[in-house]
Amino acid sequence: MKSATLLRTWSAIGGVAGIAVLGEVLIAAAMRRLGDLDDIRAKSGLPGAIRAVLSSPLFLVGALCMALNFFGMLYALSIVDLSLAAPAIASLTYIGNAVAAKIFLHENVDRRRWLAVVFVCVGVVLISR
Amino acid sequence: MKHALKPSQYLILVAVMLTASIGDTLLSRGMAQVGAVDLHHLNLLWKALFNPFVISGIVLLIGFFASYMTALSWADLTFVMPATAFGYVVVALLSRFWLHEQLSLYRWTGIALIVCAVGFVAGGPSRTEHETDHHELDVMDSGAGR
Repeated sequence: MKSATLLRTWSAIGGVAGIAVLGEVLIAAAMRRLGDLDDIRAKSGLPGAIRAVLSSPLFLVGALCMALNFFGMLYALSIVDLSLAAPAIASLTYIGNAVAAKIFLHENVDRRRWLAVVFVCVGVVLISR
Repeated sequence: MKHALKPSQYLILVAVMLTASIGDTLLSRGMAQVGAVDLHHLNLLWKALFNPFVISGIVLLIGFFASYMTALSWADLTFVMPATAFGYVVVALLSRFWLHEQLSLYRWTGIALIVCAVGFVAGGPSRTEHETDHHELDVMDSGAGR
């Protein structure tokens, strides 16, 4: 593979994974702030739950990232083989999520969760072979 | 520590596992029909929105989004993550037992690793408790009359 192609491949993969991590962390932060959706639905019905989600600015920015991620993924899949793009993007997203969840969401990423991240990354790569 | 999940919450996690993997499979099948998209042919992305596989993929991914957000409202991101990864296991097992494809040793190892990852995380608490969470939970508990 030529270096220009290599660069394009990995910037597409890195870009899509980066946007995915940003989107997931923003949405997780929005949901955490909102509280249990099942409780909200029990109290004010499905429309109330949808309204509560849609009125969260964090969610809206996160959803925008997810939409960008969706089109970025379509773009990446058209220039990179699925067998490389899918596991590479997934693994990078899982690692990025764990790091970002620890730093920004202050989640208690203990040893078993780090181990799970490593297992998932290796597993995803193996399963896509 | 809030760990014990209700049956309905397990159902949500199962939905997270199934919808994402099947939705992605439909999308990649649809995009294979649409053809290669590059910066000079971005209009193909618009055309893709009318492909039946892409449409059903999008519908399933909306379902994924809804169940994923519900899960995130009561569990940590790093707790839900292995559940999304379990989708790969679902796809691999479907291709083995439904499409009767042979799975290589690599794939079986990958399946085992992801299953282990789910096991590790499921054995721990689903939520990191912060001070504010306690307050919010108290407020909601009184509101729901539990």
